[in-house]
Order: sequence, then C-alpha cells, then structure tokens
Amino acid sequence: MILELFFAYFAFAIIVLSIVVITRRNPVHSVLWMLLLFFHIASVYLFLNAEFMAAVQLIVYAGGIMVLFLFVVLLVHIKEEIKISKFIGAWSAGFTFAAALFVVVALSLRSFVVAPPGKYTIELIQQETHTKALGKLLYTEFLFPFEIAALILTVAIVGALVLAKRRLKS
Amino acid sequence: MVPLSWYMLLSLAVFTIGVFGFLTRRNIILMFMSIELMLNAVNINLIAISHYMQDLRGQILALFIIAVAAAEAAIGLAIVIALFRNKATAHVDEVQELKG
Amino acid sequence: MNFQVPELGPIVPELILTTLALIILIADLFIKRKEIVALMSIASIIIVTFALISSSGTTFGGMFISDGYSTFFKIVFFINVILCVLISMKYIIIEKINYGEYYSLILFSTIGMMLMASAADLIVLYLGLELMALSTYILAGFIKHETRSNEAALKYMLLGAFSSAFLLYGISMVYGLTGTTDIKTIAAIISERGLEGNSAILLSIMLLTVAFGFKIAAAPFHMWAPDVYEGAPTAITAFMSVGPKAAGFAVLGRVFMVAFASIKIDWATILIIMSILTMGVGNIVALSQTNIKRMLAYSSIAHAGYALLGIIAANNEGLASMMNYMMIYAFMNIGAFAVIIMLRSEGFRGEDINDYTGLAKHHPWAAALMLIFMFSLTGIPPTAGFIGKLYIFLAAINAGYTWLVVIAVIFSAISAFFYLRIVMFMYMREPKDEVVLTTSAGTGFVLGITTIAVLFIGVFPSYLLGFARAALAGF
Repeated sequence: MILELFFAYFAFAIIVLSIVVITRRNPVHSVLWMLLLFFHIASVYLFLNAEFMAAVQLIVYAGGIMVLFLFVVLLVHIKEEIKISKFIGAWSAGFTFAAALFVVVALSLRSFVVAPPGKYTIELIQQETHTKALGKLLYTEFLFPFEIAALILTVAIVGALVLAKRRLKS
Repeated sequence: MVPLSWYMLLSLAVFTIGVFGFLTRRNIILMFMSIELMLNAVNINLIAISHYMQDLRGQILALFIIAVAAAEAAIGLAIVIALFRNKATAHVDEVQELKG
Repeated sequence: MNFQVPELGPIVPELILTTLALIILIADLFIKRKEIVALMSIASIIIVTFALISSSGTTFGGMFISDGYSTFFKIVFFINVILCVLISMKYIIIEKINYGEYYSLILFSTIGMMLMASAADLIVLYLGLELMALSTYILAGFIKHETRSNEAALKYMLLGAFSSAFLLYGISMVYGLTGTTDIKTIAAIISERGLEGNSAILLSIMLLTVAFGFKIAAAPFHMWAPDVYEGAPTAITAFMSVGPKAAGFAVLGRVFMVAFASIKIDWATILIIMSILTMGVGNIVALSQTNIKRMLAYSSIAHAGYALLGIIAANNEGLASMMNYMMIYAFMNIGAFAVIIMLRSEGFRGEDINDYTGLAKHHPWAAALMLIFMFSLTGIPPTAGFIGKLYIFLAAINAGYTWLVVIAVIFSAISAFFYLRIVMFMYMREPKDEVVLTTSAGTGFVLGITTIAVLFIGVFPSYLLGFARAALAGF
C-alpha cells in the first residue's frame, strides 16, 4: 500500500510538472521546473532498483544538460518573451494530435504482454550492486555500442565548437 | 507491488505532453525541452520494463539515450547560438527565410 | 570475470575509417591548404573500400553484421562521400566555409551510415543513426554566417530529434514485448510467443515507421526536407539527399524484412499508404517550385516513394531492385547537384530556375549534362533512371501490386513536367545575361563519372542488378 501511495505521488508530480514545464511563459522558469521534474524522475528510478540510473539522471540531466539550457536561455531576450503569446496559432491541432496519440497508444498497451523474466533478479542485483552489474555488462556485452557513443560525443564536441565559435581560422 | 502498466501509462503521459509541447510552443528552447521530456518518458518506460523483466538491457539503452541526449543538446544549443548571432530571435515562426 | 577481445575481422572497415577520420581531424590543425584534407579523406575512403571487400561475418555477440546487403549499401555511401567531397572542394571556398572539420564530419557521418547498414541490434542501429544524424545537422548549418543555413540546421535537428524519440519509444515497446533488441531474436520470439496479431507490436511498427519515414523523407514525414535541402550548403544537400536516405532504406529493409518478417501484411499496408502519399506529395508540389534545390528536394521525396515499392514487394527481388535504385539515384542526383554547384559563383547563387534560361547557348556542355540527369531523374531511356524504375516496378508487379505500379507510373509521368521544364528553360529560351560557370577539376571529374555511370547503367543494366542480387544471397 505504501509503495502505491509513493508511486501515486511521484506519478502525479511528474505529470503536473511536465505540464508546468511546457506551459511557462518565461523559459528560465521552465528550466527550473524541469530541474525539479528530473529529481522526481530520478526518484522513480530508485523505486525501480536502478540507483546508478538515478545518479546518472541527476548528474547528466540535472547537472549538465539543464545548466546548458539555462546558459542559452539567458543569452536570448527574455523581456520580449514575456509579452508575446506562448503557443502557435494552431495549438488546438497539436492538442488533438497529442490526445489522439495518447488514446491510440493506451488502447494498444492493453494487449501488451511483458516478455518472460531474465536472469537479473532483484536479489542478484542487490548482491552484486547495481553499478557493478551494469558496468560489467557495459564493458563486455555492450562494448560496441559504448564505443559508438564515445564517437557521438566526439562529434558533439567538434560540432558545438564549429557552430558556436565566433570565428574559425581558415 | 505497483503493476508495470502504471509505469507505462506514466511514461505515455509524459511522452504525449512532450509531443504536445513540441507541436505547439513557439520558443525553440521550449521545443528542445519538449524533446527532452519525450526522451525521459522513453527512459522511464525502458527502466520500468527492464526492472519487471529482470534484464539490464533496457537500462543500458537508457544510459545511451542519456549520453546521446547530452550530445544532442550541445549541438542543438550551438545551432541556436549561431542563429541568435545572425537573427536575435528564438521563435520558430520568426525564422522563415525558407518558406514551406 | 574474463574479458575476451571480440573478433575484429568483420568490423575492420569501420575501425580504419574511424582512425583515419580522427587523424584527419587532427591533421587539419597543421595543414593550411584544405584541398589536401579533402584528398586525404578521399584516399581514406579508397583504403576502406579495399578493407571492405575482404570483411564479412558477425561480431560483438551478433550486434554487428557484415554481409552482402550491408556491403552493397556501404559502397553506395562511399560513392556518395567521394563525389560529394569532390564537388565540395571549390564550393566551400566560394561559400567562405573552407574549414577542415567539414571533411572529418562527412567521414563521421559516413561511419554512422555504415553502422546503420550493418546493425543487427536495435541499440547499435539507434547509435549509428544518431552518429549519422548529428554530423549531418552540423554540416547543414555549416554556413553559420547565413541565416538560412542556421535555419536549415535547426529544422533538421528539431525534427530529427523528434523522430528519434518516436524510434526510441518504438524500440522500448519491442523490447518489452520480446525481451531483446537483437533483430534476429526478435523475429524468433515474435513467432514463438505468437505476437503476430498483437496490437502493441503493430503500434511499435508504426512508431518505427514514423522514425524511418523521417530519415528517408517519406510523406507525411517529409516537411523538413524542402527547407533543409534549400538552406543547407549545396554540396551537403547532395550528400544528405543520398547518404541518409540510403541508410534509412538499409535499416528499413533489414528491420522489417528480418525482425518483422512474420507480420509482413501489416507493415506492407502502412508502407503502401506512405508510398502513395510520398509519390503524390513529392511530384505534385515539385510542379510549383521555382528554386531548383527545393524542386530537387521534392523530387528526392518522390524518389523515396518509388524506392519504397521495392520494400513493399517484400522479397529478395524487391530488395535487390531497391538497392539498385539507390545506387542509380546516387549517381544521377549528385550529377544534377554538381551542375547546380557549377552555377554558384562569387555573389551569384544560381539556384533559381530562371538562372537556367538559355544555358545551352553559352554553356552547351553543362546544359547537355543537366539534360542527361533530368532525363534520368524522369526515367527516360536509355538512362539509368529508367532502368531503376523499370526493375522496381517489375518487382512490385511480380509481388502482386499491379495497381500500385499503375499509380507510380502516373506520378512518374507527372514528374516529367517539372524535370523537363528545366530542359525547356535551358534549350528553348533566349538567355538574358551570361551566367559564369565555376569549374574545377573536382566538379569536372564528378560530372564525368556520374554521366558515364548513368549512361552505362542505362545501356548495360545487368551488371549492377546482378551485383545487387548476388549481394542478397544468404540475406
């Protein structure tokens, strides 16, 4: 019962916060609400016995990406932003599309059957600790995607420099 | 025990809120944030499924999604800065030299 | 815990290209003349081509597969890179974006495409797709002092990220239903657990179709293409109208034909609707375009519609004709873009259709080459475009989709209006003022190769198609 109550609080908070994030007029407020949202999502990960994911969520999303957003938001005019309308004219079309998507997916989720369980039971993960279990997999079975991710980050650094630097030597 | 379908519905709700935000907001940065919402929804889905399925593959994918989201944010915001230098706006409907 | 070094044989081409791309990235710091960097990237592609021939097999626990199918697509990517780098060399000087990062980003993007073509696991597929896409976003915005290039990069990035969120949602559903992300195992588990009629699996197919539809620019997910193609640097437009599209088709073919082979009827229906819409939107909207890059963007949308017929046929013959089509499209499309690039000179964009008025008077060669490429894009014999369409239509008819081919032929006839309009402008109107052509050895070489390829494939089609069929043996 207590678990259900906790879940109910976090689910409610996450949904409300998501709506708050996308409806704020001032982007700085949106970023700050999103920060709070990420803390709630990290707590949900803790419920799911994914401590490492919760930590990464906080460090990378809250600590890295959101700070980046904040920097950029501060570069853009905010005073003007507060005066003009937030949404595009045809926002009802967007709403209809999103609502239809929700209904369609929710209906087809009814026939969702989860695949049979694998070997990583809660006991095994607790015994081995989540970080270690994940790390072992990441550096053995998933070494290849891990290397590709490294390449993606290299491209991101090069690209961000090329685009954001004021003048390149040619 | 909270059933898996609750988590999947939560994820779906966040995903559709992200879709709504992406389709309707005028501010480019808010559009990027809506995409981050959608990616977070996918992560909730993956981590919940992988917990109930007792398999770590989903969490590994979620980890990669976070890494790519960071790369995407860096490039996306660099493009916004480059655009802002030329145009000083952050609204999609004001950047329309290309008529569609 | 023991760590075994995975077998590296099948992945040698990717490893070499990654190493060389990183070396080029560093070497660019010390090399003043960027043409040398361009030649280095072409040389590295040639080295990798040799490595590609001898690599085959699977590695990394079945996540990476190098087979005939992936090799064929990788050759398309290599042709794309070499031709695009050659037309870029002069062009990026005119656009004042002569930086070495340009070439290393093109190589990184190509590595992404290669990984996509070889991905046997949805995680690798996703990461390869992002590697390709992120590099292309940067390249689209490379003229950073021009608003329309910034805008193109922004639109491409926003819609690309939006579509990859759909891809991930689809992957998460497939993962939940089957417990794996391995493409072959997914197929086995779908039939084992009897998921054929499950609406959740249908939903995930739809989500994946949305994401792949964005990448191949198929309607109704094509909205980004005209704006991005118009705003991006022309050489990059050529690059991304061939590379990412071919990579999108490669994963579409592999995922749908292998993982979801048992639910062919369902995804074929979705793709048929998409294909008709794509051909319709592409050909009809192209009629009213006055900017030639924009017109070629709609043409590229329409060509995605034709190529989809090969996947709808859902057999090896269909796939072979789709691969054949991709190769032909690479030659004819880059050829057309090479002519467009020649018209770009200092202070003159040369993108408006009116700029082609009377081109044949002063520059008969350029006009004749454009004529060949336009004929090929329309599908008029004896050019390669005709052969590509012919085989793809035959494959669709043999699979029982005669009515769909009739629609495709009608749209193909409509397409003659806008392709031949350019020919008419070039040959049947008096020139207003003389257009200065920017010629360079690179562009000349590209025009030579593409013209020869378009005519050779048009006259002797059996070699390429035989190669595509042989590549599919054991798929």
